[in-house]
Amino acid sequence: MFIETGHFALILALMVATAQAILPLVGAARRDAGLMGAGTSAAVIQFALVGLAMLALMNAYVTSDFSVINVIENSHTDKPLLYKITGVWGNHEGSMLLWVFMLALCGAAVAGFGRNLPPTLKARVLAVQGMIGLGFLAFILFTSNPFLRILPAAANGRGLNPVLQDPGLAFHPPFLYLGYVGFSVSFAFAVAALIEGRVDAAWARWVRPWALASWCALTIGIAMGSWWAYYTLGWGGWWFWDPVENASLMPWISGTALIHSAIVVEKRDTLKSWTVLLAIITFALSLTGTFLVRSGVLSSVHAFAVDPARGSFILGLLVLTIGGSLVLYAIRAPSLRGGGLFAPISREGALVLNNLLLTTAVATVFLGTLYPLFLDAVDGPKLSVGFPFYNATFTPVMVPVLLAMAVGPMLAWKRGDLLAALQRLWLAFAVAGAVVLVGLYVTQGGPMLAVLGLGLAAWTAMGVLVEWADRIRLFRLPIADSIRRAIQLPRAAHGMSLAHLGIAITAAGIAAQAWEVERIETLKPGDSLVVAAYTLRLDKITRVQGPNFIADDATITVLHNGVPEGALHPQRRFFALQKQTTGETAIRSGLLSDLYVALGDADPSGAWTVRAYWKPMVSWIWLGGLIMAAGGVVSLSDRRWRVGVAARLRMARA
Amino acid sequence: MRRWLAVLPVAAFILLAGYFGYALRPDHDPHELPSALLDREMPAFALPGLTAANLKGQVMLVNIFASWCAPCRVEHPLLMRLAKDEKAPLYGIAYKDKDADNARFLAELGNPFIGIGYDRDGRVGIDFGVYGVPETYLIDRDGRIRQRWVGPLTPARVTREVLPLLRQLQAK
Repeated sequence: MFIETGHFALILALMVATAQAILPLVGAARRDAGLMGAGTSAAVIQFALVGLAMLALMNAYVTSDFSVINVIENSHTDKPLLYKITGVWGNHEGSMLLWVFMLALCGAAVAGFGRNLPPTLKARVLAVQGMIGLGFLAFILFTSNPFLRILPAAANGRGLNPVLQDPGLAFHPPFLYLGYVGFSVSFAFAVAALIEGRVDAAWARWVRPWALASWCALTIGIAMGSWWAYYTLGWGGWWFWDPVENASLMPWISGTALIHSAIVVEKRDTLKSWTVLLAIITFALSLTGTFLVRSGVLSSVHAFAVDPARGSFILGLLVLTIGGSLVLYAIRAPSLRGGGLFAPISREGALVLNNLLLTTAVATVFLGTLYPLFLDAVDGPKLSVGFPFYNATFTPVMVPVLLAMAVGPMLAWKRGDLLAALQRLWLAFAVAGAVVLVGLYVTQGGPMLAVLGLGLAAWTAMGVLVEWADRIRLFRLPIADSIRRAIQLPRAAHGMSLAHLGIAITAAGIAAQAWEVERIETLKPGDSLVVAAYTLRLDKITRVQGPNFIADDATITVLHNGVPEGALHPQRRFFALQKQTTGETAIRSGLLSDLYVALGDADPSGAWTVRAYWKPMVSWIWLGGLIMAAGGVVSLSDRRWRVGVAARLRMARA
Repeated sequence: MRRWLAVLPVAAFILLAGYFGYALRPDHDPHELPSALLDREMPAFALPGLTAANLKGQVMLVNIFASWCAPCRVEHPLLMRLAKDEKAPLYGIAYKDKDADNARFLAELGNPFIGIGYDRDGRVGIDFGVYGVPETYLIDRDGRIRQRWVGPLTPARVTREVLPLLRQLQAK
C-alpha cells in the first residue's frame, strides 16, 4: 500500500509543482500578495510530498518488497541494511527521485529562509524552481517510474551492482546531487532577476550563500567520488577524466567562478550580466551532466541507464530550461547597467582574471568531454579523449590560477598596487623557492615539473597564510591583540583563506603523485616484493565468507627496514548472485604517504597477482577538498548572512 | 553591453542542443566503437622497436596493451594461443608503459608478438584513437585499418570475428 501512497504523492507533487510554477509568477506580475504567497506554501507542500515518495521507496527497499520492479532489479534480502537504503539511489529511477527530492528541499529552503527577500523576487524564484520540478517530476512519472509493481511478485531480487556496495559510494550521490541541484537556486535567482530586470548588490548578497552552499556540497561529493575510485578500483588512480566525472567537475569550476564574480556584484555593483550568465551556465552544466549520464550520448564507464527515450526527454527539458533562460538573457541582459569602474590591477581585476581562467578551464573540460560527440556528429572517427589531452590543456590553465590566488586577495578594490602586494609576499617567494631547491636536491633527476608543482602549491599556501597573518597583524601586535583581531575578522575572510589553503593542499597532493612507485608481481605465499622503502610479504591466502560474497583474503606483512609493521588484507570478493568479482584494496593511509595493495587473480600454479603502490601525499588530494568545503562552511556562518536572520526574528517578534 | 553579445550564449546553446539531438538519433549506438580510423590508413608511427613503414604489405593484428592494465592480463593467454596455434601475425604496442615493467609482464606471461613498439608517452595511442587498453586492430596489406576491437578479446570474439576476417584478408 505504502508504494501506491508514494506513487500518488509523486503525482500530487507534479500537480503542486504546476501550481508553484504558475501562481507566484502571475502574482508577481499583478502584485497580488495572495498569489505570490501561494509559491511559499506550494514549495513546502512539494517538499513534503516528494519526501513521502522517497520514504515509500526506501521502505520498499528496507522491507524487501519484491512486488516492486525497481526493488527486484536492485536489491536482495541478503544485502546489508545500509546498502538496502543506499540502493534506493544506486539506480536510474531512484537517483532521479533523489534529484527531485533535493530540488524540493532547496525549494522549501528558499521558502523558509527567504523571508527577507522582496516578495516579487521570492515569488519568481519559487516559480522558476517549480518549473524545474515540474519538468523532472514529469520525467520520472512518464519515463522512469520507480513505483511500478509486477505480478506475481518475485521471490528475491537481483541485487545491487557489487561495485556500488561501498560506504564511500553510498553517500557520494546525495552530496553530488545536493550540489548540482543547489545551483538551481542561483539559476532561479538569475532568471527571476532577468524577469525583474534588476540585478544589484542586494541580489548578489542573496545569491551568494546559496551558490556557496551548493559549491560546498559539490566539493564534498566530488572528493568522495574520487576517494571511492581510489580505494575501490584497484589501480591507485583517483581521477579518470571520465565523462561522468567531468560532468561534476564542470559545474564545480563554473560554480567556483560564480561565487567569486558574485563578490564583485555585491561589493562593487558591476560584472552583473556576466554573473547572471555564470549562474545560468553553472546550472546548465549540472543539467548537461545529468543528460550526458542518463542518455548514453557519451560512452562512459559508469553510465548506468542508457535509453534514448529518456535522453530525448532530458534534452527537451534542457532546451526549455537553458534555452529559455538564455533567450531571456539575450533580451534583458543588455539593459543591465554596470556600476563601479576599476583599474586592471585591482581586486576586481584579480577576480575577473580568476573568472577568465576558470571559464577557460571549463571550456577545456567541456571540449574534451564533447569532442568525441562532435566528431561523431560530422561522421568523423569515434574516439575518447584521455589524460594526455587534459594534461596538455587543463594543467596550464590551473598554474596561473594558483599563481594569482596568492596575489589577488592582497590587492585593494578599484586600484591595487601589484608591486606592493608582491613585496608583502616575499616570504611566500622564499618558501616556494626553498621547496623547489630542496625538492630538486632530494629527487635529483626526478620529475622536474612535479617539483615545480610542489613549489607552486607552497607559494599559494604561503601566500594565503601571509595574507591571513597580515590581516590579524600576527607578530606585529602582541599575540593577544592578534587573536582579538582574528576573532573580529569576518568569518568570510577566514573561510576564503581556508578554502584557498585547501586548493594549495590538493595541488601539492596531485603534484606529488609523480613520485608514485608501482609494482605488479605474481607472488606465491612466502614470496615478497619491494615497493619504495617497504617489503611486502605474502603470508597466506584464506577463504572468508561475507554476508553476500565469498572472498579470498590475503595476509600481507609490511616490513620497513626488515621490521614488521603489521599486515594488510586485500581481498577478492566473488558475488555469487551477480557472478561478479570485485577487488577490495588494502590501504595503509598516512599524511605523508599511502601504501596501497590490491590482490589480482591467481594463476594455475597458485601464484597471485599483487599490485602494490607507494603513493606519497596522496591523501592531501581529498584532505584539501575537505578543507575547501570547510572554508565554504565557515564563510557561510558569516555574520553578514546571519544579521538578516536576526533582523527578521526581531521583526517577527515585534 | 552590446546586444549581439547577449545573443551569443543562446546561439551557442542552440548549436549544442542540435548536436545532442543528432547524437540521440535512434539508429545510433554510442557504445559501439568500431570505426576509429576504419578503412583509413594506419597512422604512420615510428616507435622504438616498431615502425609503421616496415610493416606494410602484410595482413596483421596490432594489439595495444600495457603491463598496468588488468584486462590485458586477462586477454593475454588468448593472444598467446592466437600466436601459437593460429599463427596469427601479431604486433604489440606497449601503451604508456615502463620498459622494465613491460618486459617483466611478457617474461611472466609469454610474448606472443612478432615485434613490439614502445609508446612511452602515449602519443601513438592518440593517433590510433585509443579508447582504453587493450585494443586490437586488424590491418590489411595496404596498411589500412579494417576492424577494431575495444576491450579484451574473448574466445567468442576471436572465433566469430577476428579469425574469419583475418583469414579472409590473408586469402585475398
